[in-house]
Amino acid sequence: MTTITYREAMRAAMRDALRRDDRVFLMGEDVGRYGGCFGVSLGLLEEFGPDRIRDTPLSESAFVGAGIGAALGGMRPIVEIMTVNFSLLALDQIMNNAATLLHMSGGQFPVPLVIRMTTGAGRQLAAQHSHSLEGWYAHIPGLRILAPATVEDARGMLWTALLDPDPVLIFEHGSLYNLSGELGDDAGSVEIAHAAVRRPGRDVTLVSYGGTMGTAMTAADQLAGQGIDAEVVDLRVLRPLDEATVIDSVRRTHRLVVIDEGWRSGSLSAEVAARVVEQAFYELDAPIARVCSAEVPMPYARHLEQAALPQSATVVNAVHEMVG
Amino acid sequence: MAEFRMPSLGADMDEGTLLEWLVHPGDPVHKGDIVAVVDTAKAAVEVECFDSGVVEQLLVEPGTRVPVGTVLATIAPPGTPVAPSPAPAVASPAPVAPSPAPVAPSPAPVPSPTPDAPVTSPLIRHLIAERHLDRNALHGTGPGGRITHADLDRAAATTPPSAPPTAPAAPEAPPPATPAGASPPPAAPSPVRASPLARRLAAELGVDLATVTGTGPHGAIDADDVRAAASTGAPPTAEPTPSRAPTEAAPVGPAPVGHPPRGADMRAAIAALMARSKREIPHYYLTETVDLGAALTWMRDRNRELPVSRRLVPAALLLKAAARAAVAVPQLNGFWLDGQFTAGSAVHLGVAVSLRGGGLVAPAIHDAADLPLDELMARLKDLVARARAGRLRRAELSDPTITVSNLGEQGAESILGVIYPPQVALVGFGRIVDRPWAVDGLIGVRPVVTASLSGDHRATDGATGARYLQTMAHLLATPEEL
Amino acid sequence: MTSALRAGVAEPLVHRRELLYQMLRVRRFEERCVELYSAAKIRGFLHLYIGEEAVAVGVMAALTEDDSIVTTYREHGHALARGVPAEAVMAEMYGKVTGCSRGRGGSMHLFDKATRFYGGNAIVGGGLPLAVGLALADAMRGRQAVTACFFGDGAVAEGEFHECLNLASLWRLPVLFCCENNLYAMGTALSRAQANVDLAARAGSYGLAAHAVDGMDVLAVEAAARQAAAAVRSGSGPAFLELRTYRFRAHSMYDPDRYRDKAEIAEWKRRDPVDLLAQRMIADRELTRGELAALDADISSALDAAVASAEAAPVEPVGDLTRYVYSDPGGTR
Repeated sequence: MTTITYREAMRAAMRDALRRDDRVFLMGEDVGRYGGCFGVSLGLLEEFGPDRIRDTPLSESAFVGAGIGAALGGMRPIVEIMTVNFSLLALDQIMNNAATLLHMSGGQFPVPLVIRMTTGAGRQLAAQHSHSLEGWYAHIPGLRILAPATVEDARGMLWTALLDPDPVLIFEHGSLYNLSGELGDDAGSVEIAHAAVRRPGRDVTLVSYGGTMGTAMTAADQLAGQGIDAEVVDLRVLRPLDEATVIDSVRRTHRLVVIDEGWRSGSLSAEVAARVVEQAFYELDAPIARVCSAEVPMPYARHLEQAALPQSATVVNAVHEMVG
Repeated sequence: MAEFRMPSLGADMDEGTLLEWLVHPGDPVHKGDIVAVVDTAKAAVEVECFDSGVVEQLLVEPGTRVPVGTVLATIAPPGTPVAPSPAPAVASPAPVAPSPAPVAPSPAPVPSPTPDAPVTSPLIRHLIAERHLDRNALHGTGPGGRITHADLDRAAATTPPSAPPTAPAAPEAPPPATPAGASPPPAAPSPVRASPLARRLAAELGVDLATVTGTGPHGAIDADDVRAAASTGAPPTAEPTPSRAPTEAAPVGPAPVGHPPRGADMRAAIAALMARSKREIPHYYLTETVDLGAALTWMRDRNRELPVSRRLVPAALLLKAAARAAVAVPQLNGFWLDGQFTAGSAVHLGVAVSLRGGGLVAPAIHDAADLPLDELMARLKDLVARARAGRLRRAELSDPTITVSNLGEQGAESILGVIYPPQVALVGFGRIVDRPWAVDGLIGVRPVVTASLSGDHRATDGATGARYLQTMAHLLATPEEL
Repeated sequence: MTSALRAGVAEPLVHRRELLYQMLRVRRFEERCVELYSAAKIRGFLHLYIGEEAVAVGVMAALTEDDSIVTTYREHGHALARGVPAEAVMAEMYGKVTGCSRGRGGSMHLFDKATRFYGGNAIVGGGLPLAVGLALADAMRGRQAVTACFFGDGAVAEGEFHECLNLASLWRLPVLFCCENNLYAMGTALSRAQANVDLAARAGSYGLAAHAVDGMDVLAVEAAARQAAAAVRSGSGPAFLELRTYRFRAHSMYDPDRYRDKAEIAEWKRRDPVDLLAQRMIADRELTRGELAALDADISSALDAAVASAEAAPVEPVGDLTRYVYSDPGGTR
């Protein structure tokens, strides 16, 4: 067992992949000499050289699309986009090409591409660096959307994603990079199909993912002190959604709170709630509650940003409301 | 001979208007020649023919709208002599623009949408069933004859509801109330707020949600409420095994005020307390089966006058009777401390409440014997809700002078409970069951409950306990005095 | 596609006849599509290549089997000239399972793995990044291949055009950018959309070899493409060809063509690429009118067969609707 940060785990995952498969390469803005905008790829250029650690111009559409083309051409690219807000400059490529080529070609052209990007708020970066738009991407058939929330997943999801014949987007919440955790010395790849129950409980199910997993776990701790036994589910995979794990949990607890840093309207939390209502309506013993970000562009000032984000106290209150 | 047809110029084009002919009969045309102009609703487009030859006949006049595929002209093979005709021989294609061609006298007229089955939405159908209205007698005033809410209200105001299918058929139904508003419309049943799970359970267990008191969010009925109602009509309470939570402040470390210990702590506390009880207290046990026929009939009558939120459940009556009996037999209401009995200053009735996460607590309803029934009911609901939410007050946990364990969802017929030290008695109620019962020399079926008393033999003898049970049975036989 | 065209080394007479055959086949295919669309056999958007045949046929003649193609939604001509079977293209128009995209793409999304045909792309400029990536993969894997990327003059207005020319030039990637300048982005004339209409000059500003070519002359197109492809293949980085051409028909079937002067269309039709080559060959006594008619008849009967097979072909069962959303069998997740 070693203690490792999320950032180091992600870097270890990339180093491992680059060593294991010479078709793998990393491409993105400042991934090389700079070492990655968030320092994730620090040192990789020195180890693997500029052909496999490629600094790109600030041309999101071109280098994301080039990743798609390179995947079509037999490579296994890892494309890094600095933040999810910037990914919108490449949305055409992700949506119109990566997600559709296999289907439009009648199965002839799969796109084995991995795109990593930072998401989320909490670091006072204001409204063009802080949003949680992974729910938008989870809307798109043809993509697999991952949200590692632990060092195990940061270390283990990438390799499995690279083995996937279809495009996989990995959303790394910016507040997690400094998170540290224990990692087994033999830690390796992990499956990328299922949600995980991070804490078992009997009274209420808290569903979350990525950056708000900490919020959910803190809320569960607080609730435990009040005699309420919360189960916490980490979605891990936002598309295809592992609804079975969520629904199994709700069948046990009969109550559901979804915590999602995205905006409530048209969000992933809405999708989770809808599926539970569709498939486990007669298991519900209280209305479903959602704790999401306030519907504002993320503000800069710390107190405003915190007020806009899901907080554990809000989750606790939501649970109190539903246990009566 | 080839045919030139109205072309399709887009997936959304079903018809087009011929604007202009660019050729005349007798004109030679070649494949690809522009021969006409067509208005597609988006634009005027020049259209080409796909055959070579001589224009024979123009079949559609400019200005006519026709469906895609309609033959507009015929083209004869090259070299065919064609008699020039001045005007198109119009009217072979059925134009689209006017109303559809009249149908020839039809022997069997199409029936209009069945007049005796008015159009109804799922919601309206549901309401018709719920209000026991006759769907065929309803007159729809909505669009297309749809039945609206207003139609239902009108119908409810002017016609008596048909008997619900489950109600016994009255041999001589009373004559219908005078029509036209002489009788007010029956109040629509107030909607029951219940969770989906509660509704499912209610259906499975045969519980009428209208008789269940909700303790869930915003007073909604939740699953536990239904389970409780299904067994005895009581709120969710004790476990069948006589395990009891401490009434003194939790013996395992000082629990934060209002927060009963949880999980393993809770279990350990119960274990310690119950072991102490069985080690120290020489228990004796008495039981008595009590006829609840009068009590339940009285309660139902009473409930008819009460809004759903204030309706009584049988547990309220049982608790009240237990409290009143404790006033009458004060030797059972108090504590065994330092080798002697100390009577309680009032009857603070402990009520065992099972918790969602397992375990139970038995907080007190203070001065229970003096509370009117509906006040006792409200206190009970409040207490259960707060016990579940972990918001009990310290005094509620430490004050009980005698405790009642009311078997709820587990539904055993009787319970012989373990006394909470330092109390000296525990009252138990089993499930309410229908049993053959002799009344005035005749066998009838009556709802009965097995009441039990566990007594501390150090403080009292069996005779005292028996007196307590008899008093309680008497109280339950005269519920109006409770 | 015949081996004579692909190799480009055949005896000149045979080679010219092959070019003529390819162009005429595209022309007749497109005309058949108009007819079938008018009869509601083909649906969706239909963009015709009539007038531009010399571009696709000339460029394809300069490519090899190892090269890759990325193109636009006006791509029937590219697909046919590249060697995608006419039956598969026509069946795709019909939305049949025997179509080259199993009926999932239609006119705008023809794909064919066997000929490295990476698709018609219906987003203007959307194919350029794919071409850059395919070329990047070839470069990293040491393949001596060219990726030919077709797009129209409209794409020059897209950011992706500039991003991709820069990136390909920066990384010296083997892309042959083929800009089909037919002067109109749908209804918007180039001069109404671009401050500088010299597209080759603008491409050249990214540091790559760029030339303007007469896109109505298939021999000129082939010669320029051959030269550019050879340079690209040799590792000297990407090249750019501005192929000046014209579409004789409207943008799509639903386009009333109000934005062009009929005299302008007539003027361009005088330089019809099919006629231009045929007349030259007749003048050079390489072809008789009778041979031309016979060639046309052969093409016509082959198209009859393609249409008949498309008519008769089965459709994909609706139960397979969600196949190919993801690679795993069973389809959507």
